[in-house]
Amino acid sequence: MKHLISTRDLTVETALGLLDNAQQLAAVSQREVKRLPALRGKTVVNLFVENSTRTKISFEIAATRLSADVINFTAATSSLSKGESLKDTAQTLEALGADAIVIRHPASGAAHNLAHMGWVSASIINAGDGQHEHPTQALLDALTIRQRLGTQTDLEGVSVLIVGDIAHSRVARSNIFLLQLLGAKVEVAGPASLLPLGLDELGVSVATSFDEALDSKPDVLMMLRVQRERMEQNQLGSESDYAILWSLTAERLLRLSPEAIILHPGPMNRGLEISSSAADDPRAAILQQVANGVSVRMAVLYQVLAGGNL
Amino acid sequence: MSQRVVLDANDIERCLRRIAHEILESNEGSDNLLILGIPTRGIHLANRIAALLSQIEPSYDTPAGVLDITMYRDDLASAERRISPTTIPLSTLEGKVVVLVDDVLYSGRTVRAALDAITDIGRPRAVKLAVLADRGHRELPIRPDFVGKNLPTSTKERVSVQLIESDGTDQVVIGE
Repeated sequence: MKHLISTRDLTVETALGLLDNAQQLAAVSQREVKRLPALRGKTVVNLFVENSTRTKISFEIAATRLSADVINFTAATSSLSKGESLKDTAQTLEALGADAIVIRHPASGAAHNLAHMGWVSASIINAGDGQHEHPTQALLDALTIRQRLGTQTDLEGVSVLIVGDIAHSRVARSNIFLLQLLGAKVEVAGPASLLPLGLDELGVSVATSFDEALDSKPDVLMMLRVQRERMEQNQLGSESDYAILWSLTAERLLRLSPEAIILHPGPMNRGLEISSSAADDPRAAILQQVANGVSVRMAVLYQVLAGGNL
Repeated sequence: MSQRVVLDANDIERCLRRIAHEILESNEGSDNLLILGIPTRGIHLANRIAALLSQIEPSYDTPAGVLDITMYRDDLASAERRISPTTIPLSTLEGKVVVLVDDVLYSGRTVRAALDAITDIGRPRAVKLAVLADRGHRELPIRPDFVGKNLPTSTKERVSVQLIESDGTDQVVIGE
C-alpha cells in the first residue's frame, strides 16, 4: 500500500490488518520508552494547508514514535501565501528528502492529485481533503468501536447512526465506506439540505428525524461537528433550531441503550450538536478516539513506509 | 525438491528436555527465569520449555511470554507484517534472567532485533538464547547458549521447523 487516499481503496484484509496493528502499537504509548525504530531514517512531512490541531499533532506523534524525522509545514508562513502551487510545494518537499507527505488541504481531490499526477514519488497520506475523505479518522473510529464492543475482527451487524451535516463531511464519507466494508449497517440523519445525493446506492438508509432514528436503538452514534461557517451562510438556520432537531441533548441521551457508543470526531461544540451531559457520559468514547488516532496513524505510516504487504 | 528429516518428534522432545535441564543447570535453579518466545514458532517452543521447567522443578510456575520483534527488524522487505502482542509475564524484566527462544538461528538478525526490543522494555539481569536448530551462517556476532541440534547447511538449503501447535506434526526438515 503506497498511498492512503480513501477508505474506498482498502480491502477488508488490509483494513483489519491496519486495525490489528494499531491495536498492538497502542501498547508503545504505555511503555517508558515510547519509541520503535521501524521508520528510522525516514522523513515524514506534515503538509497542512488547512487548520488542524488534533490530526496534525497526532500524525506528528505517530511518526516520532516510529523514529521517523518529522517536518511540520505551516501553510500561513510558507510560500503558498505567495501563490506557490501545490505541485511546486510538493516537489520542493521531495527534493528536500520527504519519504511521505501527510496532506490536509481545503480542496477535495488534493491528496489524489498529489498521489497520482506523477509530481512526486513520495507516499501520500490523506489527512482530510476538502469535503472528500478523512480515512485515518474512519480507521480510528472503527478501532474505537471494536474496542468498546470487545470484538477482534470486523463489525458485522453493528448498526451505526451518523448525525449532522453529512453532505459536507469528509468524516462521514470515509466512515460510510469503511463501516460498510467491515459489515456494519449505516444510517444517517440530518437536515434535508445537508444530505448528499446517492445515499441509496451506497446502501445507507436515511432517517426522517433524529428521534425516529433513535427508536431503532443504534449500537453506535456518531455526532458530526456543526460547521458554524455554514450557519452564517443561512444554510442551517439558527443554532437553537438546529439543536432542537439534531442535537444529542440530555433527553435524547436517555433514549440510547446502556451499551451504546457515542463518537465525535472533534472539536466539539458543547451545547450545540452535543450536550455536555452526552460528551461526559461514560458511553462517550471521544478521548479514546483521540488516543486511537495516534495508534492508527502509526499503523498507517508503518504500512506505507516500511514496505509491508498487508 | 529433495527433503530430509533431520529431527523427528522424539528427537525434538529430547532436545527440549535437555535444554530445560541445561537452563536450570546454568542458572543454578529456577529463580528469576523468564522464558520469552519469538513469534511464531518460538512461542510454542517457549511454552514447552516453560512447562518442562515446571515439571523438573515444581516450584517454578512462571508461564512463557511472547516477544514480538516485527517493529525492530532491519529488513524492510519482510513478508510477515502483522504485529503480535508482546506479553511479559509478571510485567517486568528487572532482575530477571531472560531466555529467548526461537526455532532456527541463522543470520542472527532476529536475535539482534529481540535484544533491541528487550532494551526498550526494560533491563533484565541477563539474556540468554535457546534455539532448536543452529544452521550457521551468522552475519552478526551472536551465539546461542542452548542448542537443540547443530545443522551445518548451505545457504541454498531451507531449514523448516514444523511443530504440532502450528503445523500438525513435530519435525525439522532440510530441503533445497
